[in-house]
Amino acid sequence: MELVCPAGTPAALRAAVEAGAQTVYCGFADETNARNFPGLNFDRDEMAAGVAFAHGRGAKVLVAINTFPHAGAEPLWHRAIADAETAGADAVILADIGLLAHAAEHHPGLRRHLSVQAAAANPDVINFYAEAFGVKRVVLPRVLTVDEIAAINREIDVETEVFVFGGLCVMAEGRCSLSSYATGQSPNMNGVCSPASHVAYAEESGGLTARLGGFTIHRTAKGQPAPYPTLCKGCFTSGDQTGHVFEDPVSLDATQLIPALARAGVTALKIEGRQRSRAYVAEVARSFRAAIEAQAAGRPMPKAALAKLSEGQAATTGAYAKTWR
Amino acid sequence: MDLTVGPNLFFWEAATVRAFYEGLTTAPVARVVLGEVVCSKRLPFWQNEIAQAADTLLSAGKAVAITSLALVTLKRERKATAALAEIGLPIEVNDLTALQSLPKGQPFWVGPLINVYNEGTLRWLAARGAVRVCLPPELPLDSIAVLARLGRDLGVSVEVWGHGRLPLAISGRCYHARLHDHAKDSCQFVCGLDPDGRDVETLDGQKFLAVNGVQTLSQSTASMAFQIEALREAGVTSLRMSPQSADFAQICVAYAARIAGTLTAADLAASLIAKVPGGRLSDGFVRGPSGAHWSGTATIGNHHGL
Amino acid sequence: MIKIKSRHPIWPQSALTALAEDKMTNLTLPHLPRPLALAAKAMPLAPLSLLLTRLARQLMRRNPGLQRRLGENARCRFLLDLTDLPFLLLLEPGGATPRVSAISRLRPPAHDTRIAGLTSAFLGMLHGSLDGDALFFSRDLVIEGDTAAGLALRNAIDDAELDLAAELSVMLKPLDPLLACTLPSVERLSGLALHRMDRPAGAPL
Repeated sequence: MELVCPAGTPAALRAAVEAGAQTVYCGFADETNARNFPGLNFDRDEMAAGVAFAHGRGAKVLVAINTFPHAGAEPLWHRAIADAETAGADAVILADIGLLAHAAEHHPGLRRHLSVQAAAANPDVINFYAEAFGVKRVVLPRVLTVDEIAAINREIDVETEVFVFGGLCVMAEGRCSLSSYATGQSPNMNGVCSPASHVAYAEESGGLTARLGGFTIHRTAKGQPAPYPTLCKGCFTSGDQTGHVFEDPVSLDATQLIPALARAGVTALKIEGRQRSRAYVAEVARSFRAAIEAQAAGRPMPKAALAKLSEGQAATTGAYAKTWR
Repeated sequence: MDLTVGPNLFFWEAATVRAFYEGLTTAPVARVVLGEVVCSKRLPFWQNEIAQAADTLLSAGKAVAITSLALVTLKRERKATAALAEIGLPIEVNDLTALQSLPKGQPFWVGPLINVYNEGTLRWLAARGAVRVCLPPELPLDSIAVLARLGRDLGVSVEVWGHGRLPLAISGRCYHARLHDHAKDSCQFVCGLDPDGRDVETLDGQKFLAVNGVQTLSQSTASMAFQIEALREAGVTSLRMSPQSADFAQICVAYAARIAGTLTAADLAASLIAKVPGGRLSDGFVRGPSGAHWSGTATIGNHHGL
Repeated sequence: MIKIKSRHPIWPQSALTALAEDKMTNLTLPHLPRPLALAAKAMPLAPLSLLLTRLARQLMRRNPGLQRRLGENARCRFLLDLTDLPFLLLLEPGGATPRVSAISRLRPPAHDTRIAGLTSAFLGMLHGSLDGDALFFSRDLVIEGDTAAGLALRNAIDDAELDLAAELSVMLKPLDPLLACTLPSVERLSGLALHRMDRPAGAPL
């Protein structure tokens, strides 16, 4: 199976390739990609150099242009596709119908992957994207069980890529406006979720309080692991219950499911975390490359060793196990 | 500008559904979207009402469409989605899965849960047969104006979210079941206990969200009371009215009066605050710093942090 | 701890893999050793500020990517609270003349962003051996104030692949032989990362 690793910076791209990633995905430093964070991402020269570095070592580079272009500002997104092609990218990762149509028409030679932000969750809609826009690979949303993934692969001709490690969206990706409801900035429009610019921390009685756009997201007592101030992983009250109504602050680790995912016909395993450091990328890439090689050789999966890198310092297999729902 | 009633997002008993649509026959609404958009498990309990409601509303002179589910994953959901084309009503697509089984050239509507953010997407959908599009509630006024103008050129009617708790997210996980400590597969239909969704507050008691099965809504009810002129100017042809359990037909009458100029924005807002679940309004997605923001001043209850 | 009022916790513990016993989770960061802490205590702040400012300017000059990635955030004042040092550091990367001031803990300066943690956490991040988010999750790193600026600084530094030992030997050229023989032992005895810990990608070793 192919290991697809994140790179938020050229240094992380190099670290990923050196650590064994067969493929790296990254984005331009603007609203065209869904990790539009301060100090992150690639300018045009860095992208070309990154692609050259990867290709020189037999690795591929995918460019994520996976936000939804603003009405009246489509040229920014169209330029990103053209520049990705010029830089030598092996594929672009797109979510928007209009952008897919544009890429298919104007850049027919550039391979198109369907972003997880399109949340294509069944064979019919995947076949729709394949037939209408010539999509060659689909990144599956994090709402499916392993059995459902296997069933999907039996009914489609395109490749599938699934997340195996990192942050976990509990909502169908690309169809969530929780962040913009609280902050005005959304994954779909701005490439950010629960943006740092709208986060405020305060030491209060009861612990460290994180607020997003003025809304209290959680309060962590001293010594407890701190989660990202992500809205869907906040602690809330509903009726007589207080807790993580939507999702616990944990992250995905599907190492043990790699053999099952291989049997389910998955082509590529994806690591989340373009916002993370090169230290994270290198460590996770090394670990998953070893797991993939173990799988290919029929050896058991290595025991989880990445807990300290995980949010909440705990991991879940998420929707891959049906009990999650 | 007219009114379109969206599909009911909540799980109501069949008798409640029947009374609700009967009450709309005399309401000043031009069209109604029927069907289940949130959860396929609810459908068997009330699907027999759909044909009856369609007949009643069509005889009352309303246009009627049927919605697709918002998130299609299971085999029976795919079958149900493919079968929509056989019903004989226009389909409102709320998941692109529905397009795969729709004969090319057959006109369809596009619901607010499809990501129509830009001209390229609107143009592609129009070429595929879209004749009405309700834009995603997240869109700001600038984007609405660009898309409404293009819609006019393409012969596509552009509608925006006019009234109702905002559909902010959809998930594979059921939050209602989770709050009741049930698995989704044995949910016991607990979402039926909350006819307008179940409120979720922050740890500091701020009114924030509402869960509705697998869907997450805003706690506030979005209202375009103060935005009618701006939206008309932008070229919007219809306001989407999303059903709520209390006084819905009356609310439609009030919006119609506001559009006709016989009711002021402030008077409409004041009347709404007493009627909407939770008593709070918002219109920040269209013109404000965040979706939760409200242009008006008339409020009851607390407005922590806003 | 959040108090759960209902009898049943609403999160399914079964879905959680508790990893508390994992050795990596309990990895503890080294505190500054006593001799170094004492030496730091005796250090006069004004000359130290001059030295650090010189170092910062050299870093910014030799790594133009730092300024570019900081962007607008270069104008922010970053209070670096290395909690095992007796003084605070104020980093002002803005404009052509970056500045670092060592300031007494008795007079904390005005700032936009405060980042606090052990010296070993800062040096580990700087040298590519520790992940900033992981340090945040374990609360070994605390960020307050303008968190967006803090993110920009962290990402800029991570991409720059800095090496303090190399920078020091450039800055203190005449002392290079001395540094070459002392730094490794300081590093070994203190447990601090004083040079780049990940292999320089694509560069000869």
